[in-house]
Amino acid sequence: MDYTTIIGLEVHVQLLTKSKIFCGCANLFNPDNPNVQTCPVCLGLPGSLPVMNRKAFQLSVKTGLALNCDIASFTKWDRKQYYYPDLPKAYQISQFDLPFSADGWVDIEVPSTGETRRVRLIRAHLEEDAGKNIHDESGRGADSRVDLNRTGTPLLEIVTQPDIRSAEEARIFLEDLRLMLRYLAVSDCEMQEGSLRCDANVNLHVEENGETIPTPIVEIKNLNSFRGVEAAIEHELKKQVKAWQTDPRRMGEVPKTTVGWDANRNATFEQRGKEEAADYRYFPDPDLCPVTITQEEVDEIRSTICELPGVRRTRYVSELGLTPYDAGVIVDQGAEFASYFDEVCVTCGDGKQAANWVTQDVQRELNERKLEIGEFPVSAPVLGAVLKKVVDGELTIKSGREVFATLLSDAGDGTRISAERIDAIIADKGLGKEQDTGKIDAVIQAVLDRNAAVAEDVRNGRMQAVGPLIGQVMRELKGADAKDVRQMILDKLQG
Amino acid sequence: MLTREDVEKVAGLARLKLTEEEISEMADKLSQVISYVTVLDEVDVSNVEPMAHVADVANIFREDAVRESLPREAALDNAPKSDGKYFLVPQILENA
Amino acid sequence: MSISELTTAELQSGLQAGTFSAVELTQSYLDAISRREESVGAFLTVCGESALSQAAAVDARRQSGEQLGTLAGIPVALKDNICTAGTKTTCASRMLENFVPPYDAHIVTRLKAADAVLVGKTNLDEYAMGSSTENSALGKTRNPWDLQRTPGGSSGGSAASVAARLTPLSVGSDTGGSIRQPASFCGVVGMKPTYGRVSRYGLVAFASSLDQIGPFATDVTGAASLLEVLAGHDERDSTSVNRPVPEYSRSVEQPLEGLRVGVVQEHFAEGIDEEVASSIRAAIEVYRSLGAEIVDVALPHSKYGVAVYYLIASSEASSNLARYDGVHYGHRASEFENMVDMYAASRAEGFGDEVKRRIMLGVYALSEGYSDQYYLKALKVRRLIRNDFDAAFKNVDVIAGPTCPTPAFKIGELVDDPLQMYLADVYTISANLAGIPGISVPAGFSPAGLPIGLQLLAAPFEEEKLLRAARMFERETDFHTKVPQF
Repeated sequence: MDYTTIIGLEVHVQLLTKSKIFCGCANLFNPDNPNVQTCPVCLGLPGSLPVMNRKAFQLSVKTGLALNCDIASFTKWDRKQYYYPDLPKAYQISQFDLPFSADGWVDIEVPSTGETRRVRLIRAHLEEDAGKNIHDESGRGADSRVDLNRTGTPLLEIVTQPDIRSAEEARIFLEDLRLMLRYLAVSDCEMQEGSLRCDANVNLHVEENGETIPTPIVEIKNLNSFRGVEAAIEHELKKQVKAWQTDPRRMGEVPKTTVGWDANRNATFEQRGKEEAADYRYFPDPDLCPVTITQEEVDEIRSTICELPGVRRTRYVSELGLTPYDAGVIVDQGAEFASYFDEVCVTCGDGKQAANWVTQDVQRELNERKLEIGEFPVSAPVLGAVLKKVVDGELTIKSGREVFATLLSDAGDGTRISAERIDAIIADKGLGKEQDTGKIDAVIQAVLDRNAAVAEDVRNGRMQAVGPLIGQVMRELKGADAKDVRQMILDKLQG
Repeated sequence: MLTREDVEKVAGLARLKLTEEEISEMADKLSQVISYVTVLDEVDVSNVEPMAHVADVANIFREDAVRESLPREAALDNAPKSDGKYFLVPQILENA
Repeated sequence: MSISELTTAELQSGLQAGTFSAVELTQSYLDAISRREESVGAFLTVCGESALSQAAAVDARRQSGEQLGTLAGIPVALKDNICTAGTKTTCASRMLENFVPPYDAHIVTRLKAADAVLVGKTNLDEYAMGSSTENSALGKTRNPWDLQRTPGGSSGGSAASVAARLTPLSVGSDTGGSIRQPASFCGVVGMKPTYGRVSRYGLVAFASSLDQIGPFATDVTGAASLLEVLAGHDERDSTSVNRPVPEYSRSVEQPLEGLRVGVVQEHFAEGIDEEVASSIRAAIEVYRSLGAEIVDVALPHSKYGVAVYYLIASSEASSNLARYDGVHYGHRASEFENMVDMYAASRAEGFGDEVKRRIMLGVYALSEGYSDQYYLKALKVRRLIRNDFDAAFKNVDVIAGPTCPTPAFKIGELVDDPLQMYLADVYTISANLAGIPGISVPAGFSPAGLPIGLQLLAAPFEEEKLLRAARMFERETDFHTKVPQF
């Protein structure tokens, strides 16, 4: 059977505003305290009216631009009408025919094929989130409970073209999207908390007798983990392949079906309840005014967009000479981490050195101390200054590590370290790299004089005897480079 | 004109439970109104923009500031059924 | 003459002069309510105790020499679709029979800040849908001029309250004529401001792009004083317009020089009662005698107003009223099979026939396959109606005509004929579609002694001009001084 997998995604992203989209209630994930973040507006009480949150709109436009979308100069809000207990007005304020942005794209790298896939975006629009229904799972048919804390959270809906060709690509698309949205600081994208949610539309294009036959589309709802997205789509694809082989149906022969994903059973289940042919009766919300945006305003928002992950990765490889792997490790840690790296890199002037330290030493300490980069006691300029000394040959890597460790232990009391401490530590511990060869030579000569027998052994070719000699020199000259000392001893004894 | 089937379909969308008698009467009265509004057929509206908002206002925003929410008791005060923490509704059939 | 027959301005000066206290004033209106309310049925809730304590607070503050608000000590009644924190707000519907809002509407906050005394909540057609107040599920309101007749609607309770002198002022809402038509039927002044002039925050929505709150009073000056308090920008209503509020009560006494009054000949064509037509012609002659120029104007698309209105208003209403589903507030049926059935049964029990008809019409007009033909078409004709007014107001200051084609009709007369009932709003509807201000002032009586109203319309935000023009007419006539005897 010859077929192509066709996948389109609808992604919902909660925006990082302080307050809800149409009222002043806090926009916080707070499931343990139900119904404490509500007011007449988000309860949909009679007489209440919505007013658009400026920040929510700005974050939306910023995201639209980062997704390479066109930003509409005129946009408006419409009511999408359906009944559900978590939707108190029985309509969702959303955007119908004139979304604020459309026609974007995202490129993803697919390791298994080594190819770049461009996923086109149909649109991104701004709407309000619903509340949460909690169902009785005891099977005894008890009442469902409704929590409206989430009602009115600003929500961005991003809709892709059916350009995705595998479950793996779907996962990568989502992971890349999440990273980008986090760089933009428009969403925290916590799938567990529902601030990033995904629905997938899946079908096959079967090639048979020179004809391309699309099979019926199945929509998988509410995927709430990356693993879930990949597993659910894989599962659905297998089902569809099998269905084609046993009872081939074309698109249009059966109605589009909607299924949910049960991660515990690793299976999809058919959803009922919303089955009745949806007629959302969209119309412009008379309570909200349209929004117009000028090119200048768009440019201003564009200027607030930081360097995005894809661009950053490329720059690290092509300009700093990092391996794609190291570049990826840094970029994937998030915008703050990458900016830390950038600053270290600029201060010390050596990308590879900076990458080694940041991905190893810094990363290890962060993991051990369970810190975010923003809380890390050794700031980027300080680490950069240490590395600059290493790069300039003033400090050995080993001494650098000792300075770094001392800086960190100094910070045990919670104070932030200034760069002045570096020189003090170097001086205290005598870590400065000894560059006075006359002085090194004198110390070596003294050590050889005190250990004439050992020196003789080395002269006779017993090379392992050189170690203790180096050790004695190093004890007297902390800042010396052990490699250099070894060479100098050998030069003296064998020269 | 509206048939009983039309009325039943619309009543479903409107979430209104109508008796047999009400369906017939609704079909009658809505048909009258619908036939009256066909008077609009004689108006030429080519090149006329629809007017959804009468006030010429755009770009109305509020700043992103948190205001105090209602206490939970107040939010649930008018609820037909509640357990003091949540609104309660008959079991939602979803995962059948 | 009893206190309760004084005008608002006379009450204000009496209070300032100490002729009577706010408590005495409020008590005399509460007495009037206890004597006459049984016959009129204007109120759904009377807040006697809280009214007296508000009045006492005003008196105390006056005694201590504090600066008081412009309506200090003046009793005001509110249509029961305006939210009042802690006081039931029912919309005259079984659905909201026990609904107590946790918040005040914006205009309630403003009235309180103006030190007005809030006396109670008045009856209306359920959710403001109707023209006779007969669609109230919670009470019957009668026209004080003839208790067998309706007070008009939907703000029938507010109009009847002022007509029967149960309050000097009241507040209503006007979606297609719901202030002006009952004002006309009850022989009082009623005004619908420009869309956006008064905040809708806390007004239970019927049709959001048409609804507007406005004043009732026994005279134009009273309406001006009340509008001055109601009007103004509110950041909680995106459609509320941010522009200064003139001192209407101060300017209202100044006649307009060189006034140009537009007359629409079609208003006097078919469907109008001759007694109404002759009163309105006489009113226009009053303006001519005051030196105004009378100019014919054309509003060629206004004849489509009723059709456009019923499509747009019902479409918006079907959406605005979707929230009443028995989940978060309002009536829930006691018996149902499942959740969907709970919605449908609760709504069937909670809503009356007219509300159901409008919801059905609106759902139909917005449904797939029909929305272009009905809803969208109506929005386009709406623009043409507005364009007509824009053109007309380039030539005239106000447009004068009848508020309604007939005086008050009998209770029960049109109940079974919704379409005829809708046509009673033929002259008032266009102002809502165009978003312009309109006022109805008493302009005569039919041979049977029923009031007839003159409607004046003006360009957007020309309330000041409208009130001044209305006051010019009122000064020359005594219709507004007549009080119904029953």
